[in-house]
Amino acid sequence: MSDGAATSPNDGLDGFEPVIGLEIHVQLSTATKMFCSCPLSFGEPPNTYTCPVCLGLPGSLPVVNARAIHFGLMIGLALECELAPRSSFHRKNYFYPDLPKGYQISQYDEPLCRGGRLGEVRIHRAHLEEDAAKLVHVGTSGRIHGSDVSVVDFNRGGTPLVEIVTEPDLHDPVRAREWLELLRTTLRQLGVSDVNMEEGSLRCDANVSIRLGGSVALGTKTELKNMNSFRFLERGIRAELARQAELLRAGEPVVQETLHFDPQTGKLSALRSKEEAHDYRYFPEPDLVPIQIDEDMVAAARAQLPELPAARVERYESEFGLTAASARHLAFRVELGAYFEAALAELARAGDGHGGVDAAPVQIDPAVAQQLANWISGELVRRLGEEDPADSRVAPAQLARLVALISQRAITAGAGRQVLDRMVQQGGDPEGIVETEGLGAIASGDEALAGVVAAAIEAHQGAAEKIKAGNAKAMGPIIGYVMRETKGRADGAEVSRLVRAQLGLEN
Amino acid sequence: MSDPIALSAAEAASRVHAGALDPAELFDAYQSRAAADELNAFTWVAEEPPTATAAMAEGPLGGVPLAVKDLFCTRGVPSQAGSRILQGYEPPYTATAVERLEQAGAPLLGKTNQDEFAMGSSNENSGYGPVLNPWDRGRVPGGSSGGSAAAVAAGLAPWALGTDTGGSIRQPASLCGIVGLKPTYGAVSRYGMIAFASSLDQAGPLTRNVTDAALILGQMVGPRDRCDSTSLEFPESIELPTATRLDGAAIGVPEELSGEGIEDGVLRAFEETLHIAERLGATVKRCRLPHAPHALSAYYVLAPAEASSNLARYDGVRYGLREEAETLLEMYTRTRRDGFGAEVKRRIMLGTYALSSGYYEAYYGRAQRVRTKIVEDFRAAFEDFDLVACPTSPTVAFELGARTGDPLAMYMSDVLTVPMSLAGVPALSLPNGMSDGLPTGFQLAGPPFSENRLLDVAFALEQAIDFDAVPARA
Amino acid sequence: MIDREQVLHVAQLARLELSEDELERMAHELSGVLDHIERIGELDLDEVAPTSHVVEVENALREDKPRPPLPREVALAAAPLVLQDGFAVPSPQA
Ligand SMILES: [Mg+2]
Ligand SMILES: [Zn+2]
Repeated sequence: MSDGAATSPNDGLDGFEPVIGLEIHVQLSTATKMFCSCPLSFGEPPNTYTCPVCLGLPGSLPVVNARAIHFGLMIGLALECELAPRSSFHRKNYFYPDLPKGYQISQYDEPLCRGGRLGEVRIHRAHLEEDAAKLVHVGTSGRIHGSDVSVVDFNRGGTPLVEIVTEPDLHDPVRAREWLELLRTTLRQLGVSDVNMEEGSLRCDANVSIRLGGSVALGTKTELKNMNSFRFLERGIRAELARQAELLRAGEPVVQETLHFDPQTGKLSALRSKEEAHDYRYFPEPDLVPIQIDEDMVAAARAQLPELPAARVERYESEFGLTAASARHLAFRVELGAYFEAALAELARAGDGHGGVDAAPVQIDPAVAQQLANWISGELVRRLGEEDPADSRVAPAQLARLVALISQRAITAGAGRQVLDRMVQQGGDPEGIVETEGLGAIASGDEALAGVVAAAIEAHQGAAEKIKAGNAKAMGPIIGYVMRETKGRADGAEVSRLVRAQLGLEN
Repeated sequence: MSDPIALSAAEAASRVHAGALDPAELFDAYQSRAAADELNAFTWVAEEPPTATAAMAEGPLGGVPLAVKDLFCTRGVPSQAGSRILQGYEPPYTATAVERLEQAGAPLLGKTNQDEFAMGSSNENSGYGPVLNPWDRGRVPGGSSGGSAAAVAAGLAPWALGTDTGGSIRQPASLCGIVGLKPTYGAVSRYGMIAFASSLDQAGPLTRNVTDAALILGQMVGPRDRCDSTSLEFPESIELPTATRLDGAAIGVPEELSGEGIEDGVLRAFEETLHIAERLGATVKRCRLPHAPHALSAYYVLAPAEASSNLARYDGVRYGLREEAETLLEMYTRTRRDGFGAEVKRRIMLGTYALSSGYYEAYYGRAQRVRTKIVEDFRAAFEDFDLVACPTSPTVAFELGARTGDPLAMYMSDVLTVPMSLAGVPALSLPNGMSDGLPTGFQLAGPPFSENRLLDVAFALEQAIDFDAVPARA
Repeated sequence: MIDREQVLHVAQLARLELSEDELERMAHELSGVLDHIERIGELDLDEVAPTSHVVEVENALREDKPRPPLPREVALAAAPLVLQDGFAVPSPQA
């Protein structure tokens, strides 16, 4: 689906095939933390959202947040996973200042979800765990032997996380990025997370290796940590693939290690591991009891599943006849899809879908639907950028009527763009703007238009000669003249018909 | 008026309820004794009764003051779990068990000394010095709830709260000649109990007699604590025991826990108590717990493994001792080197090893399977018997220092109490005689939630044994 | 049963500094205890499921309702070293 880009993302790899798997940590947007009743923190002053449990005070005990399980099940269903009938927590033991108990409560051999799929990528597993606290380096302090000091803020500590691990099914950095965008949209649709990479509610590590094209065996993989934007994910993987290819070309082995990508320099550096020995001594968490997932819990999760992006793409293609690219664009930006459907509903209600007012359900002419989709993902997004169009001055119904005016040739596309400018800047009805700005299309047979065309031919004699000699492309300057003179209100086809007629050519 | 110290806790409570005893006076009497403690049983003693004493007196526990093992978190009061790494630590919250007892009318008298993080059977592992046995100050009180046991036995407290992981209530109760009860695992909330081994730790009372144990236990159990995922609702209320006969009671005596390695004096007292039970109408028969001989091994894998993880939080970052150092690694290793005592380090090492890569299955995994077999053994025994009985401790109180040089010998002190801990079943130790001038203990265990039955049988035996020996009171 | 090297490795995992004396003693004592423990190796346990919990409870779940957190001064009250309202430690990267 990386539709035939001019240069392949894997150029320069000398026939090595990249193999990429992702490990994604998603902060759940529950009201409270994973194992205690502290509210989740959003930039509050340090250490103001803590309690005995999330500070790891002596004697405190964890209790599982029911909604975290519920969100976990929703994610499992959305990713078509097998939901465990029985799930349990383990302790992952290691020392680090951001880990208050000396262990992270996580899932190990009985994760909540196993074996699913999103798009072309298989999901290995998805499990629940608690987030670590925030460790901030503050420079040197005389109070600790003049050495470097860090400070721990436990507000974030204990935030519920779902860790999603994919199979190594991705084979180029662009697809890795696109797939992660699909995952983000899916999770956003579910309403289980803010999924914001910059703010850390969506974090992604990549396992990267390369192998000779056609080979089945996997090469040695490296792990790229915490690339905090979609762009950096793509660039980080690209850089690592290039590094590995160069190693192999030079006949040197790839060493299994954890790497950090610096987006400033584009360089990869080895990370010092949290526990040099990497012996986490997992064992079943004795402070928690197993979770038995029953039918009611699954049904409750299923009942809250919205239409997911992958399903929405299919529906946009089959129901409205949108092109695949258009359907994806609208479906992957949830807010655009919602806007599109609201506008479509208006077209149907007004009977402007070329299906008749009384037809129920109203059939939307695929051409109109496509035109509406184009106006949303093209003209509207060009003017609004990342802003949600629902928050703009342009109501979906107004955009729908604007597109209807264009499709009925009541105004030209050029005039439509001017109307949209006005709507975005000041708001207002398209009909009213057309009226006050005098942007209505010039009707065919209009005497004045014939006059403007004549003046245009007069001003572009050379072009007129070329047209007569059979060069249709020479029409451009003449049409441009007419459009300027009429402020874009003239219909292009009508103008070219008049030009040919006035030059004595057959139409 | 008669000496309030001579009253059992239940007697004192009923006098307070009847208006015949002033709860403030009762508190003062114990407070001055506890403050003058010569046994090193207390690590902290309240200076005065809580302001709510009058209201507390109306509660079921009648304002009778309570000594609490150091490892229970008590808000604003030192809670050090017998460890130097928590010296002076005052938690911002109170353990559920203590809170329930305070609400039921038992004011906090003081915090009692214990083996560090409840790891020990002699109280010699305390970071705050050993506790002395009130029967013989050259001997240990048992552990790890040694301070609680000594305080109750010496009349420094009417009753006390302890915890039992592998025998830490029952064994010191036995060595100090008092009653100690480890409830069914999950019956009492663990919230606010500084953890040793989470899947085994259980809070329970140490009291002068069985009635006191029933009275206080009744206020510890009840609805499940939502702060402790492993806590269970107790299916019935705890009744004060009344049985005088044991007709129809079937008592099994596990072969594996009533022969080898047990001192003659202890065995003799045990046999005598069995005869008394028969005289009261019980049937007593040998039974089997085939995997009990492996219980100690399984326990000394599981408990240290959990402990090694539970004690990882003592890292010098958020509370407790910290040794400043230039690097984080040195800060960790020196803080833990200086903060933990030898036995705690030994168990952290043992547990870390048992969980480490390549050894998990051989140690932890196998120990968990042994635990399954032990649970099954008890279940099978309870199909034929109402209760099982064995001595609590293989020996009477031993001399201070006698086992400190030999960890394995010390671990053997728990050999008769550990099986019940692994199975999670309730067990009680009842003073049943004297050997060489020191008390012996009779242990009864029943199926989960059989506390009422245990207390009833123990009560009938208690009346018949009429153990009235009291250590010299200072 | 457990040698000095293993003791060192385990001490490192457990973040314990042991003196040369302690190392030797620990190796000796742990070996003694492990010898005893290893008797469970004699049992045939292949068909036996492990027990993690003796309580038969499941789904001890908590409603997702916030409760007031601790005031910051309480959270920091026992901290050995406070800087910038946080718990100060030597930097891990140092
Ligand atoms: Mg993780
Ligand atoms: Zn919290």
